[in-house]
Amino acid sequence: MTTSPEILKPPVITTGPIGWIRTNLFSTRLNALLTVVVIALLYFLLRPSLTWLFFDAEWAAVTSNLKLFAVGQYPSDEMWRVGVVVLIVSLLAGLSWRVWSGVARTFARAGGVIFVAMAFVPLSLDSLDVEARLWILANPFVIGLGYLLARVINVPPGRLIIAWAAAFVLVLFLLRGSGWMPGLPEVRTTQLGGLMLTILLSVVGIVASFPLGVLLALGRRSSLPAVSMFCTLFIELIRGVPLITLLFMTQIILPLVLPQDTFLDFIVRDRVMRAFVAITVFSAAYMAENVRGGLQAVPLGQIDAAKALGLNGFNVTLYIVLPQALRAVIPAIVGQLITLLKDTSLVAIVALLDIVGIGRSIILGNVEWRGSQREVYLFLAAVFWIFTYSMSYASRRLEEALGVGRR
Amino acid sequence: MRILTYRGTPLWRDARVLRAVTQIVFVVIVVAIVVYFVRNVFEAADERGLKLGFGFLEEEAGFPIAESVIGYTESDSFRHAFIVGVVNTIKVALIGIVAATVLGLIVGVSRLSSNWLVKSITSVYVEIIRNVPLLVQLFFWYFGIFLLLPVVQESLRLPGPIYVNNRGVFSVWANTTSSFDSWLLFVLGGVVLAVAVRVILGRIQIETGRNTHPNVAAALALVLLPTLGWFLVGESPLIRETPVLERFNFVGGARVTPEFAALLTGLVVYTAAFIAEIVRAGIQSVQRGQTEAARALGLSDAQTLLSIVFPQALRVIIPPMISQFLNLTKNSSLAIAIGYPDLYAISRIMINQAGRAVPIMLLIMAAYLAMSLTYAIIGNIYNRRVRFTER
Repeated sequence: MTTSPEILKPPVITTGPIGWIRTNLFSTRLNALLTVVVIALLYFLLRPSLTWLFFDAEWAAVTSNLKLFAVGQYPSDEMWRVGVVVLIVSLLAGLSWRVWSGVARTFARAGGVIFVAMAFVPLSLDSLDVEARLWILANPFVIGLGYLLARVINVPPGRLIIAWAAAFVLVLFLLRGSGWMPGLPEVRTTQLGGLMLTILLSVVGIVASFPLGVLLALGRRSSLPAVSMFCTLFIELIRGVPLITLLFMTQIILPLVLPQDTFLDFIVRDRVMRAFVAITVFSAAYMAENVRGGLQAVPLGQIDAAKALGLNGFNVTLYIVLPQALRAVIPAIVGQLITLLKDTSLVAIVALLDIVGIGRSIILGNVEWRGSQREVYLFLAAVFWIFTYSMSYASRRLEEALGVGRR
Repeated sequence: MRILTYRGTPLWRDARVLRAVTQIVFVVIVVAIVVYFVRNVFEAADERGLKLGFGFLEEEAGFPIAESVIGYTESDSFRHAFIVGVVNTIKVALIGIVAATVLGLIVGVSRLSSNWLVKSITSVYVEIIRNVPLLVQLFFWYFGIFLLLPVVQESLRLPGPIYVNNRGVFSVWANTTSSFDSWLLFVLGGVVLAVAVRVILGRIQIETGRNTHPNVAAALALVLLPTLGWFLVGESPLIRETPVLERFNFVGGARVTPEFAALLTGLVVYTAAFIAEIVRAGIQSVQRGQTEAARALGLSDAQTLLSIVFPQALRVIIPPMISQFLNLTKNSSLAIAIGYPDLYAISRIMINQAGRAVPIMLLIMAAYLAMSLTYAIIGNIYNRRVRFTER
């Protein structure tokens, strides 16, 4: 006698929408419970938030002050300079798109789309006038122009890096102007503000802290005890205290430490420049640690080989160690730029008008907008998020492109 | 024929001499710069009538501080005011570290969940929070949430009762009575007993292979002894105190100010996002074979995570986690933006009151460096222990 065959249930569906829900949301009893709890939580949290966001929020405090958020109190007559600066960056972005492709292509394209969206953003002409919209709308065309230009003439990557460096200096000069240039009157640093100041502080901070950071990293790894002890002490001192204390210290103590009435007056007497000093020193300490990581990644055989070829200590560092080390730390430096972009918001606490400072002064300065705290801070969060998220995306792509950690 | 005589390496090519000379020159330059700066400070202080010594610390502070753990009046000294700030910083840092670790662990594990909804929500949380400056988040929590809560008369009532309004959170609290100290002895005894039971039974289980339920026994000891003590000490050691609405505000119970609540929320939410990423990376660093082997031995999901994956992941997780704890502590200095009286905020008031910028800046730096050093020491001890047990 044989036992009757056991009748199996039909297999569980794992395809199609129902199958997807089953495998991804209700695969086990615990998962089913989690799903229900999370959906309930989402309902109670999101419903009031979304109702507020779409029906109750008053965005006038943001839309009426777009210019303040973008450039602070930059003189209206000189706004064309900001426009030209953005156009220069767009042109270089277009060139980079063609020359480097990869991340640069993604960024140039995304930038173009964002510019078009900004130019046609459905706000009243009081918020964003026709002239500003035209300036913005010129950018996608300039990006395209750069791309076509690089197709027609051959631009070697090395030249392009030099062009970016030259543009950096040109941009700073254009924004500041100077007394002796006709048509370019000087703009005081306190008039630089908003998002422009935030970006300037972090980009200039990274660029200025780079050489200092490399020196500190080399110093820390030096075989001379006096040098390495000093560099270690300096790095750990700076990393051990919050940025806000450094910012405050440069505001109050730096004018006491530096001599009066000398060529250093441009730092001693200028609040924005003193903030730059704090950010640069702060960033240099972290840069040094990043670079040190890169230096440690260079195989010892490289140094031995270079010495065997007869290079002296200085040349070994300059031609063999540093190029390999710096290549390995590029993603880390982008990561630091992201951190720095967020950290520069602290200058608002020492009363500088970066984009966060502008937000606060708008709320505090006008009774009409006292109630718009949420809207203003959400707007600030969104602006920062767009910048930092896109940069961290770039950093990840760069890491892949450079093959860091794969060799 | 001339005989070539070896005269030794000339001084300017002797590595030892070069090293010594370079270092001496370096030290001389550094010392010269420092001396120059210090002289400038003294000159400028002289010129502007600033005073430099630390003697003022004994003088009367004369300014109010909104909240203090250790008690403070305006007639207390500057020294005491500074200590109040240090304690307030430590308070927010300690509570913040515990809360951020718990939240970060939950989020980090959830990001690896097989549940799509849980995975996506935690990913969105991490990507948003990590990419927005803490200062903006603090402003949002304080001005956008805690200060916009209903006024006192219309407080939200949560079970407890806990009242939430724009003056803070008012919670039912337990007040100690005269018998509290003797009861505390029972609690301590319970803890000691629980640890002892856990260790001894655990050892027996490992040696004999018999399940001795060490955790259950320890938990029982932890609960039973204090419960026994509660009835033995006579008068109840803790008395329930409920906040009562009086004319302007709630009185009694425990109060959390909106400043503290906003700062804590901001720090915890921000740091937890970073801890979550560390936890995720740590769990992913454990080889898949370990999980598969645990499954093959018949361990459940929870057992696999708790006894196989976590102990191995901890080695990767702890060092960056400690640096996040340090970041949280340093970030608590943003308290000044929303008016919580931490070490930095109180020092700023002291600078305005006493006019001694330089000595007070030195005090601030010293306090933060002492905290950083503590974290560094803890981290080093942990690293050394881990290295020893490594196989």
